Amino acid sequence: MALKIVKGSIDRMFDKNLQDLVRGIRNHKEDEAKYISTCIDEIKQELKQDNIAVKANAVCKLTYLQMLGYDVSWAAFNIVEVMSSSKFTYKRIGYLAASQCFHESTDVIMLTTNQIRKDLSSPNQYDTGVALTGLSCFVTPDLARDLANDIMTLMSHTKPYIRKKAVLIMYKVFLKYPESLRPAFPRLKEKLEDPDPGVQSAAVNVICELARRNPKNYLSLAPLFFKLMTSSTNNWVLIKIIKLFGALTPLEPRLGKKLIEPLTNLIHSTSAMSLLYECVNTVIAVLISLSSGMPNHSASIQLCVQKLRILIEDSDQNLKYLGLLAMSKILKTHPKSVQSHKDLILQCLDDKDESIRLRALDLLYGMVSKKNLMEIVKKLMLHVDKAEGTTYRDELLTKIIDICSQSNYQYITNFEWYISILVELTRLEGTRHGHLIASQMLDVAIRVKAIRAFAVAQMATLLDNAHLLTGNTQRNGICEVLYAAAWICGEFSEHLENPMQTLEAMLRPKVATLPGHIQAVYVQNAAKLFATVLKGQEGDADGTAAQEASQLMIDRLPLFVQSANLEVQERASCILQLVKYIQKLQQKDVEVAEEVSALFAGELNPVAPKAQKKVPVPEGLDLDAWINEPPSESESEDEQPKAIFAKEETKHSRPRHTEVDEKELARRREARKQEQANNPFYIKASPSSQKVYQDAPGVEHIPVVQIDLNVPLKVPGLPMSDQYVKLEEERRQKARADKKKKEKKKRKEKRSGRGKKHDSGPESEEDIAPAHMVDIVTEEMPENALPSDDDERDPSDPHKALDIDLDKPLADSEKLPVRSHRAAEAQKSPTDGETENATLQEPKKKSSKEKREKKKDKDRDRKKSKEEKKKKKHKDEDKEEDLLGGQADEAVLQSEETSQVAAPPTSASTPAEVSDLDFWLSNAPVPSNTQEAAAAAEAAPEPSVTAPDSEPDEPKDTEIEETKSSKHKKKKQKKEKEDKKKKKKHHHHHHHSDGGGEESVQNGTVEEEEPLPPMSNYCLLAENSYIKMMKEDAEEVYDIQGNLQDGSQVVVSVIFENKCSSFLKSMEFNVLDSLNSKLQRPEGSGPHDGLVVPFQLPPGVSNEARFVFTVQSIVMPQKLKGTLTFIVKNEDGSTHEKLDFKLHFTCTSYLITTPCYSDAFAKLLESGDLKSSSIRLEGVNMPFHHLLARICFHHHFSVVERIDSCASMYSRSIQGHHVCLLVKTSGETVSIDAKCDEPTLLGNVLDEIKQTFSQC
Amino acid sequence: MIKAILIFNNHGKPRLSKFYEHYNEDTEQQIIRETFHLVSKRDENVCNFLEGGLLIGGSDYKLIYRHYATLYFVFCVDSSESELGILDLIQVFVETLDKCFENVCELDLIFHVDKVHHILAEMVMGGMVLETNMNEIIMQVDAQNKMEKSEAGIAGAPARAVSAVKNMNLPEMPKNINIGDISIKVPNLPSFK
Repeated sequence: MALKIVKGSIDRMFDKNLQDLVRGIRNHKEDEAKYISTCIDEIKQELKQDNIAVKANAVCKLTYLQMLGYDVSWAAFNIVEVMSSSKFTYKRIGYLAASQCFHESTDVIMLTTNQIRKDLSSPNQYDTGVALTGLSCFVTPDLARDLANDIMTLMSHTKPYIRKKAVLIMYKVFLKYPESLRPAFPRLKEKLEDPDPGVQSAAVNVICELARRNPKNYLSLAPLFFKLMTSSTNNWVLIKIIKLFGALTPLEPRLGKKLIEPLTNLIHSTSAMSLLYECVNTVIAVLISLSSGMPNHSASIQLCVQKLRILIEDSDQNLKYLGLLAMSKILKTHPKSVQSHKDLILQCLDDKDESIRLRALDLLYGMVSKKNLMEIVKKLMLHVDKAEGTTYRDELLTKIIDICSQSNYQYITNFEWYISILVELTRLEGTRHGHLIASQMLDVAIRVKAIRAFAVAQMATLLDNAHLLTGNTQRNGICEVLYAAAWICGEFSEHLENPMQTLEAMLRPKVATLPGHIQAVYVQNAAKLFATVLKGQEGDADGTAAQEASQLMIDRLPLFVQSANLEVQERASCILQLVKYIQKLQQKDVEVAEEVSALFAGELNPVAPKAQKKVPVPEGLDLDAWINEPPSESESEDEQPKAIFAKEETKHSRPRHTEVDEKELARRREARKQEQANNPFYIKASPSSQKVYQDAPGVEHIPVVQIDLNVPLKVPGLPMSDQYVKLEEERRQKARADKKKKEKKKRKEKRSGRGKKHDSGPESEEDIAPAHMVDIVTEEMPENALPSDDDERDPSDPHKALDIDLDKPLADSEKLPVRSHRAAEAQKSPTDGETENATLQEPKKKSSKEKREKKKDKDRDRKKSKEEKKKKKHKDEDKEEDLLGGQADEAVLQSEETSQVAAPPTSASTPAEVSDLDFWLSNAPVPSNTQEAAAAAEAAPEPSVTAPDSEPDEPKDTEIEETKSSKHKKKKQKKEKEDKKKKKKHHHHHHHSDGGGEESVQNGTVEEEEPLPPMSNYCLLAENSYIKMMKEDAEEVYDIQGNLQDGSQVVVSVIFENKCSSFLKSMEFNVLDSLNSKLQRPEGSGPHDGLVVPFQLPPGVSNEARFVFTVQSIVMPQKLKGTLTFIVKNEDGSTHEKLDFKLHFTCTSYLITTPCYSDAFAKLLESGDLKSSSIRLEGVNMPFHHLLARICFHHHFSVVERIDSCASMYSRSIQGHHVCLLVKTSGETVSIDAKCDEPTLLGNVLDEIKQTFSQC
Repeated sequence: MIKAILIFNNHGKPRLSKFYEHYNEDTEQQIIRETFHLVSKRDENVCNFLEGGLLIGGSDYKLIYRHYATLYFVFCVDSSESELGILDLIQVFVETLDKCFENVCELDLIFHVDKVHHILAEMVMGGMVLETNMNEIIMQVDAQNKMEKSEAGIAGAPARAVSAVKNMNLPEMPKNINIGDISIKVPNLPSFK
């Protein structure tokens, strides 16, 4: 055998392995592709062999080739084969390959579900680890749904290595299968306090990712995170938490107040720059959320700015970058604080590092004022010149425009200057932002009336020099500017000095090379200019000039009539005909100017881009209502297309209407189109992709342009905007001087003509008067427009699905699917009637809430309290008649029960949680250091620590009362229950449930529609005057692969509740091991050592701990004796106390709910390996489905089939014994026939079933 | 979240690519090329953060990279990650490689890309940081290697011998592209512990 293996490996050791492949590729540099294709052929051969080692080797090579860009999806099936190898070496190769090349649409993924499940439950932690790692990369919604429960089980694995991976992967599962979030969340939350720092960090990581997208759902965790923040020393965790707080504070300003102090302390104390930086960031977020009302507000902001300045001044470019980044956040709310560091930021503009320059640019945006705008822009313009042909230059350009146009041109004092800046920007080569400049030009020209004359002059020059902009195809982006120029010249042509010249410029043949939408504007505005020319020539005796203009139009327009662009063609031919007609009239000496200009009369007002959207719908108008009734319903789908051809038929009903409508619509559409064409604000609608790509025009097309030296654009050497800077300075100086004179100031300041000095001058914003009275026309909005600036989130965002309220109780349908056959999924919703109660009994449907209620049921069973009985009846009635019936009293009871079971603050019910948070937040800030010392380890101000005894002080009365009263209620209820419990103390019964999701029990509150009587698994273990222990055993039961000699593990969750008013600590849980059952203790501890309970209990608080037991034989029920020792600490001192208890493992606790197909069930029965036994129950008066539900719930069976009053059920023990039941009922007698391959086990299970029913 | 982790050399040859979001092979290569183009034109003493890059970019994402000898280590992360934290993580990654390969050089990454993946898998899982403690990472990697060796057992011996012979024929592996300054921490970045 061994020889054979050796031989096999000798055979394949001459196969190419990964190293050989890499070497080969390196040796075939010239014909790499060819070499690789031969390698792929070899790999295909290797994959055909049966030897898994050969296959794994091939897959390993494929993974490498995938990195080089080769598609290897064809080998997906082989990858799955390698994944399922039993050897870790190959499994790892398989999972790596899968993680590199599987994705959602890889179809073989669905074959992997069972393999992954097997690996997840492998005894080898690295098998599990490698499966989790792989799964994290290729999890699909199906895998997430099928495996969610398995992964959740792993979250409580004994090995921290597995726990941390399982916790982390849950995030991916949530993304793919959002339904799993609510059931899994309680456990995730629990992991925040895991003893292992890695697991803790993973849990923080996941919750931070979740909370970042939907912060409001996680506000209730703030106290917990706060505790972690003050106690953790792991910088990774701290950073994540601090970042999370940054996301939470905008939602809850009170949280911010609480945070400031600890964060400030951290800022002062930490040496880690990363932590410092994140603290500063979050403090900034806090300060933003607190608009005012912080006493030492300015101190904090000062601290931040000062720390950031240190970062920015640092020689490390990374810190400089981050400092600037954070600075820009402060800028939004506290521009003053940042402005004092202007020097530093301007300095960063000169940095050689582009990332830093970009960040500095962002900052500049907020630093401008009327005073320094011109100076800053001048500086930026210098940078624009330097930054030739880079994206950085484009960024500069947009920033300049942003800075100038911000808040409705607030900072611009001289629009002539701004127009000239825009004109200068048009000289940039190859920018993408031509349309941005164009829209600015339009906006300014339309809205600032005073500037129109100047703007028109500038635009005319631009048009004249259009060749400069369009000469190079590279500059295509910038030619958008001509669109604006043409429109401005046309629309405001009355300001033109020489309209004829401009008209000529607009009709040059070269215009035909421009993009279509620009040509269209040219043609239209040429007509406007023409009208102006005519009007101008009106008075002249001889109409030669006018006739020249007409002739020019008639000569040039045919070029546009031939345009390939429909819009251009249409406009050109209309206008051409019009001009021809006008020419005729001119020849008859008819005065036409008036009529022609009437074509373009009226002024266009700017309309806000969102105006249409904001028009409120008039009352009584229903936009969704039919204007004409739709065709009658009787018309079937396939007749529909016919109707299109046989129009008469449909029109038949209302021919008049449709016709009128169509005409009217067409007319309106036309009118609208025309309006749109003329409206400059439709510039955005015409995409620049319309550009006509044509060859660069030949030299002969370029007209020789006379350069008019009077036009400022061409002032040689000096860029013209500088003139304005100078002019402006002079103007301001003069104004200031005038003012000074007026005010008769004693000391007259002498000023040089240099800008810098002025800036440092004491001049305040208000002093600067605009150069000329500027009327900035606001954009028109409809009357009573509605504010509607809500930006909607991207609907495709996967995180949207995770916006789930986590405080709401779990509903039936939310249970995580457990391992089951797909066929079993045909369930109905739990609320739609009587019949589904049977389906509810299936494990899938069994929600944790039910369990909670079942507990009540159980109580009732045992106690037979009249009151409860009454309620049961009431409930049953309700169920049968109206599920929505008012059950207020029950609701109260239920929620109280919940809070009894629950352990605040980790798992309080919704209202309690909310008020807890309120309390926590309204509580005085952080306790001072002395207090902290006194409160020892539990320093974090949890409500439970401070709540009960503190005197209700001033404004918080109500809140405290609220918490108090709820506590009070809780206590009362508790007492009531204890009384009941004492009586039946020794009767308690332990029940199992299928794995996962249980602890969400505690998270639930009231659920009104409940078809099944409530059941619960928690039962009293022991109690004394100090503490009460409640137990739910078998949190999850899982087998550790059959071949391992030590049978199985059972997890027991115990709730510890502090009943006294003292502090309980140092709890140790110990059990006397029997031969069969042992408590699992950490490595290195002796067999009699106790396990330390990983928490302490303040008064009135309860918490849950889990203990793992190893069980050898499962055929008999077992009892274990145990002791809990703890220290009671109060003002007088501390005392040691102990509490004895007995743990009872029933046989049913070893059963796992396992679904079974009816055919498999039949085969099992036929096989004849099973021993049979039967019992008879008398006097059972409950509906059959309740009976089944009870067996399912308490004894972990699943229903295989149900026919009338007869049902077959199945379950499997953790060691693989099959248990089959046939349950029949007639009247009050229930007979159960059972079969199992282990008679002792069966006998015990049946006894237990009997016991369950004898109690009711 | 980490969106992608790339390692390529000074010529843009990929040495490791790990995408935590699916792209097809062509897009992946394009991303690598583009990222290389962005990163390689930056000077040595500029900051290690980079915005932009059309494919992997988006306003929320950043490239965070480090350059060691002949290799670029690039992480593409979103805003939930701390920038300085990721820089430190890269350092931890490289130091871990250095420990695992004993004076790591580019050739180690070239010939043992699978091992690099396994090491990375212990640090980052599905785009989220799993472990930052170097000793813990090395411990887990070693334990897995041990398992692999024990599985190979006798059967693995001849294969190992052959591969040793194969390696002997190599035109001497140049170890000179050593990442010499690997243990030198960047000033002002106190390590995460």
